[in-house]
Amino acid sequence: MTGEAGGIVFENVSKFYGDVLGVNRVDLAIPPGITSLVGPNGSGKTTLMNLMTGLLRPTRGRVAILGIPTDRPEELHHRVGYCTAYDSFPRALTGYQFLYSYLRVHGRMHADAQALTGRAIERVNLTEAAERRIGAYSKGMRQRIKLAQAIAHEPSVLVLDEPLNGLDPMVRSEVIALLRDLAHEGRHIILSSHILHEVDLVSDRVVILSQGYVVAEGSIQSVRREIVEHPIQVLVRCDQPALLASRIFEQDHVVEAKIVEDGRGLLVHTRDADRFYLLLNRIVVDHGIRVEAVAPADEDVQAVYQYLVGAEGGTA
Amino acid sequence: MSAEPGPSSTPRARELWTRQVVAVLRIELRKNFWGTRAIPLYLLCLGPVLLLAGRALVLWQGWAREDPAAAAVFYANIYQSFLLRFVLFFGCAWIFTNLFRGEILDRTLHFYFLSPIRREVLVVAKFAAGLFASAAFFVATTAATLVLLFAPYGASAALDRLLGSTGIGSTAAYLGVTALGCLGYGAVFLATGLLVRNPMIPAIAILGWESINFLLPPLLKKLSVIYYLVSLCPLPVSQGPIALMAEPTPAWISVPGLLALTAAVLLLARWRIRGTEISYLTD
Repeated sequence: MTGEAGGIVFENVSKFYGDVLGVNRVDLAIPPGITSLVGPNGSGKTTLMNLMTGLLRPTRGRVAILGIPTDRPEELHHRVGYCTAYDSFPRALTGYQFLYSYLRVHGRMHADAQALTGRAIERVNLTEAAERRIGAYSKGMRQRIKLAQAIAHEPSVLVLDEPLNGLDPMVRSEVIALLRDLAHEGRHIILSSHILHEVDLVSDRVVILSQGYVVAEGSIQSVRREIVEHPIQVLVRCDQPALLASRIFEQDHVVEAKIVEDGRGLLVHTRDADRFYLLLNRIVVDHGIRVEAVAPADEDVQAVYQYLVGAEGGTA
Repeated sequence: MSAEPGPSSTPRARELWTRQVVAVLRIELRKNFWGTRAIPLYLLCLGPVLLLAGRALVLWQGWAREDPAAAAVFYANIYQSFLLRFVLFFGCAWIFTNLFRGEILDRTLHFYFLSPIRREVLVVAKFAAGLFASAAFFVATTAATLVLLFAPYGASAALDRLLGSTGIGSTAAYLGVTALGCLGYGAVFLATGLLVRNPMIPAIAILGWESINFLLPPLLKKLSVIYYLVSLCPLPVSQGPIALMAEPTPAWISVPGLLALTAAVLLLARWRIRGTEISYLTD
């Protein structure tokens, strides 16, 4: 499934609800893998998802998925699955009937629809509840049956609006594993989540939105490096942090360095990470400092989100 | 990906559309016959059936007498004033406005919109489901009321009145008018369900227009569904001293006229549905 023409492409896309801005001037090209949409409520995440699945039409610009314009549902939805945030279902259907009925609407034959329904239910671990009415499902089960509906026809592009919402930690980790499996199969997976820690765990790329605009996109590392007004933080775990601090302060790119509470490490703020790593190598060799670990301390979605959007992470 | 169609005009695409229409029909018919949405329909249909059953009981018990000719006139009045103007009107309003508007209120329309089905095919499938359900409900109600009308005169007289040479034409006309009413009102209410956010307002306006039809000048009478339906009924009914009379429209105009109205509304719905967006919050 990799290398399919076009990927997910937004070309100068704007969407207005009357006078209210949904998203504005969005240019994106999303490759296969897991891409997370991150932003506060009202930032345009769901609007972007609805635009890429054809539920909304752009006021301006063009959206295409794998080369298919989104105003052609008859072609698009063979390739796209969407787990919406809407927590509503056709009445009086069991989980099995729900999936089976809509696979028949896809045009699947009886045997094919049965097999795909069974497989999707198994993948989301709902086999035991499949014959129960959805109305009697818990929030987590409803979330899983929605996910099953999105993946049942084995789409190349999966769009998931808050897929981890309402799931207990056990199921959450199962779903994350499932998403990783699907991504490894070469699919495009676009998801939004309130939980930035989990976005960090699963995402290959992020698209950060604020007030209808894309403020950054790319891998976490590349996005972080572009935020030049905030020095990069690097945590060095070592046996002589005071010595290390005295040596690195001589450099103009080092803004701040402080010894961590347990006295076994140094948190460095630098404007040039590459120069800092070269310097660190030299100091370690020259002074025989024993280094246990060196890791970026703010190269995560939470930090990037805070720098760009300015709100507390975890409530995106 | 066995379900993906080829070019839109190929037999393979038509076969796919047929499968999709059948799948939508199954979902919609289940809702219309077994869901909570069906309860008002059963209650509506029960009204005329209970009325005629009550009359039959009175005649069976010998508490009153009425000859079959008078019964036919009685039925013509009940059929036009109650069955057509109330039961069929509100039943079709319920079924056809719910086809799309009901799904928007339930927040379930996106499941169809996220399926690889042409929106036009979806409109046709939903309309067919509404038509099938309404015809099943109201043609069956018409048939049941006709049976109850003549049942008190004994089995052989009832059979003769319903299916014999004297009655078959009348029976077929009533059943046919009911089916055409489903088509005509179905088309009108499908359009209101798609075009208007609150279909109750146009439904009330249409009810008002249909109710004052007997007062309208001949030209305006023709801009209603009830006028064509009444024209096709086997027995004319007095519309009161202040009614403005117009020549009944012959069947060869009424029937194609209602079919043309349906075709026009489906074309309108086709245009509307292609631009429909899912944004439940604003609906």
